[in-house]
Amino acid sequence: MTSTTGTAVETTVEIATGTGWVTICPYDRLTPGRGVAALIEGEQVAVFRTRAGELYALGNRDPFSGAYVMSRGIVGRRGEVPIVTSPMYQQAFDLRTGECLDEATTPDGTPAALPTWRVRARS
Amino acid sequence: MVGQRFLEALTEAEPRPPGLRITVLAEEPRRAYDRVHLTSWFSGTTAEELSLCDDAFAAEHGIDIRLGDPVETIDRAARTVTTRAGHTVGYDTLVLATGSYPFVPPVPGHDTPGCFVYRTIEDLEAIKAAAERARVGVVVGGGLLGLEAAGALTAMGLDTHVVEFAPRLMALQIDDGGGRVLRRKIQDLGVTVHTDAGTRAIVDRAGRVAGMVLSDGTELATDLVVFSAGVRPRDRLARAAGLAVGERGGIVVDEYCRTDDPHVLAIGECALAVDGRVYGLVAPGYAMAEVAARQLVAGPPDPDRTFTGADLSTSLKLLGVDVAGFGDAHGVAEDCVEVLYSDPLAGVYKKLVIGADGRLLGGVLVGDAEAYAQLRPLTGSPLPVPPEQLVLPAAAGPRGQLALPDTAVVCSCHGVAKGTIRAAVTEHDVVDVPGVKRCTKAGTGCGGCVKLIGKIVTEELAAAGIETRRGLCEHFARYTRAELYEIVRVKGIGSFARLIDEHGSAEGPDADGCEVCKPAVGSILASLSGGHILDGEQAALQDTNDHFLANLQRNGSYSVVPRIPGGEVTPEGLITIGEIARDFGLYTKITGGQRIDMFGATVDQLPSIWQRLVAAGFESGHAYGKALRTVKSCVGQTWCRYGVQDSVALAIELELRYRGLRSPHKLKSAVSGCTRECAEAQSKDFGVIATAEGWNLYVGGNGGTTPRHAELLASDLDHDTLIRTIDRFLMLYIRTADRLERTATWLTRIEGGLDHVRAVVMDDALGICADLDELMGRHVETYEDEWAATLADPERVRRFVSFANAPGVPDPTVRFTAEREQIKPVLFERLEVRGR
Ligand SMILES: Cc1cc2nc3c(=O)[nH]c(=O)nc-3n(C[C@H](O)[C@H](O)[C@H](O)COP(=O)(O)OP(=O)(O)OC[C@H]3O[C@@H](n4cnc5c(N)ncnc54)[C@H](O)[C@@H]3O)c2cc1C
Ligand code: SF4
Ligand code: FES
Repeated sequence: MTSTTGTAVETTVEIATGTGWVTICPYDRLTPGRGVAALIEGEQVAVFRTRAGELYALGNRDPFSGAYVMSRGIVGRRGEVPIVTSPMYQQAFDLRTGECLDEATTPDGTPAALPTWRVRARS
Repeated sequence: MVGQRFLEALTEAEPRPPGLRITVLAEEPRRAYDRVHLTSWFSGTTAEELSLCDDAFAAEHGIDIRLGDPVETIDRAARTVTTRAGHTVGYDTLVLATGSYPFVPPVPGHDTPGCFVYRTIEDLEAIKAAAERARVGVVVGGGLLGLEAAGALTAMGLDTHVVEFAPRLMALQIDDGGGRVLRRKIQDLGVTVHTDAGTRAIVDRAGRVAGMVLSDGTELATDLVVFSAGVRPRDRLARAAGLAVGERGGIVVDEYCRTDDPHVLAIGECALAVDGRVYGLVAPGYAMAEVAARQLVAGPPDPDRTFTGADLSTSLKLLGVDVAGFGDAHGVAEDCVEVLYSDPLAGVYKKLVIGADGRLLGGVLVGDAEAYAQLRPLTGSPLPVPPEQLVLPAAAGPRGQLALPDTAVVCSCHGVAKGTIRAAVTEHDVVDVPGVKRCTKAGTGCGGCVKLIGKIVTEELAAAGIETRRGLCEHFARYTRAELYEIVRVKGIGSFARLIDEHGSAEGPDADGCEVCKPAVGSILASLSGGHILDGEQAALQDTNDHFLANLQRNGSYSVVPRIPGGEVTPEGLITIGEIARDFGLYTKITGGQRIDMFGATVDQLPSIWQRLVAAGFESGHAYGKALRTVKSCVGQTWCRYGVQDSVALAIELELRYRGLRSPHKLKSAVSGCTRECAEAQSKDFGVIATAEGWNLYVGGNGGTTPRHAELLASDLDHDTLIRTIDRFLMLYIRTADRLERTATWLTRIEGGLDHVRAVVMDDALGICADLDELMGRHVETYEDEWAATLADPERVRRFVSFANAPGVPDPTVRFTAEREQIKPVLFERLEVRGR
């Protein structure tokens, strides 16, 4: 994952698939402090833009409810950590690493971490 | 009182003088008690509760207390005293704390049965016994004590008069302007006030008081008279023993409280201090007690512990009347200026006297003496904020926060400085006001400083990094939701960005909030500045429900809830809802809130579903927001044979009036057409029940995890008064409640509870009703349906896609099976965590 600040008019947001970069949408389409969901080779990715202009991409699936809703959470900050909270049961996840700050594992015992993707803004 | 304080100081002293033996000789038949709160005896405080000295105290320190046997003579040569009963007691040091006696003007008839003074518990017992057979009572003297006595007489049901020699009440402490406002307040209590009036004679009929002749010759018929015309120091003993006394009384003492005999000290109201004054207040007496005790235990005079004078600050404890005067209340200092705020209608008068050099010299507060506790300690210091900020009412602008220096005396009764209270928190792990009381004695006298102590404790805890859970979250650690609401309102702030940049705790121009403050501020902005909640930056503040104007359900799909005001729906409307549900394959359910909910819509279906609903005349039901959810109703008078009013019409009106009103928590309401209460109005945040005369309004009820019945706020209201009262109630709640605080919790938390709310919304006790009315007026005028407004703007609609890079593709993970002929969500079993 990288974070870049985009400024140019034609800037687009791209995500790395392993074989190359795919375009998600124009950078300006992202509301500062919110996310959108994207479909990358059959997988759901939540892409966020913070108020400072940084971009982050995490798995869209909330490990606690199983629902694909992470992109609809509220983006914020806990101390120094940029976070998104799940809209389902409000656990917070580190936008940089995908780690859950509130609970280490989900009720069924699996690690409560979201996968992360590399994301960039490109003119 | 002062004698007891002396004993405490003496017994607490370190090191304890060896071989110290203490004997207390008392005139009264009981141990020391709290004279300052004597008046509360009339309202049920018992003599035991007023007591300042318990058995344990006397026993622990081996103090020999002899009650009901006053000292008659002092033999200074032999160093003995002799009591009335004939006991002689020797002493090394004699401490006189004989207090004062009430002055009774020598008018003819002043000792007729039915005449009383106001000083001891026995005096009060006598007054009470006489009041039981009396109809009218007169108090001679309109000072602090006289007004307290008058308050007590009215409370006992007597027709009460106050006769005051001076042209105004409390002439010593307050000025003319304050006197006028105070007079009106006292008269409002039902007391008749005669100023500029002396007492010429007491009329004695058959050996009992029957009336009183005033100096202008008029006669007041009365059954009892209470003299409260001032006090005189009890210096008779000292005088007889040849000790120096002042010209107008009082045992002469130096700054160490020593009389001209080194073995005799005098403290309290019987002493004439070095500044030539006799203090009739408890705080200076306590200060003297400390100084005298120090004398005894520390041997040689300690120049840091002297008593050279005190100020005459006082506040009146009379129920319902706030009066305080402090420092140079009359503005006698040269070149001083006065800053005045006066609102005769509201009965508020505030004056600050400021010296030519900008120092606060004194002041008078009538009707609203809240600032007294903060201002008095600042007397003599430069004001930290412009003076007008300190006298303006809270509603007229932000109140200045005063930073008191550590040396400022916060509790004047016990002479406790701010620094001592702070030290209690930082060094003795005190975390609350009771702890401060135990540790420092501050706040255990008149109680006037308790609020300020609370503030200091909170500040100190916060400074020490101890969580007091006051602020909203780490980003707004200094403000509660109510305070943020006022900031947004007063400064006209229209964005989260500006609020967090100017008032947030996080640094930096790009500071971000969190899941706690963002929705809370989003709600405040929505209720104050209007505008669409999804526009611009506002969109980032909403939680997912508000963000998609629908309720998130467990498989990631949403519910659709059109408003059905009053539960009244046409067959045509029912058919439309049915058709939409059928066409989109939604699950339908009639809910407890008189709505038809449709479940199972995906994000990208929402706009097309709402397109059809809006076209059929439906509006958003706000089932997703912290807003008005529903106003339930029964069928009422129109159909029900018991109904006495049209509950359906009222429910519809209320629902339409308050639709979309953003609040700290969801709001529910109901209207029942008669007391049979079929709509369950008493379990709602505000509920209305019809009566034959009008409407009864209940507030503060709720269901949920801690169900609570609503309480009656007002009864038999006509239609317009009902609406106006609900308007104000809701706006007051929205302005002052905490985040996610329902009306029930709010009502139990706020000071004064339901009575306070009633006073504010029905009698405009805070003078803010015009403001509340205006806020609600603005809400009603600017309301627009959020869904209609969303559909009208392609930019807003664009967010309703499942995938930013594949707008037409529905979310494949949202799946359903069937149950009872409708859809049912498929929940997610196992997760495949994949990353790269
Ligand atoms: C109704 C009321 C309300 C008040 N409200 C306030 C207030 O709000 N704020 C404030 O600052 N002050 C107030 N005061 C005044 C306050 O009570 C006095 O300032 C305080 O009690 C003085 O303490 P003291 O120990 O000097 O005198 P006292 O408390 O009067 O104690 C003196 C004691 O000495 C005893 N005594 C006298 N002579 C002898 C003798 N020869 N032998 C043995 N015992 C003797 C007396 O019986 C008495 O018990 C109020 C007073 C009253 C009556
Ligand atoms: S509350 Fe009264 S009017 Fe309403 S339905 Fe019940 S019985 Fe009828
Ligand atoms: S000022 Fe009276 S108790 Fe503190």
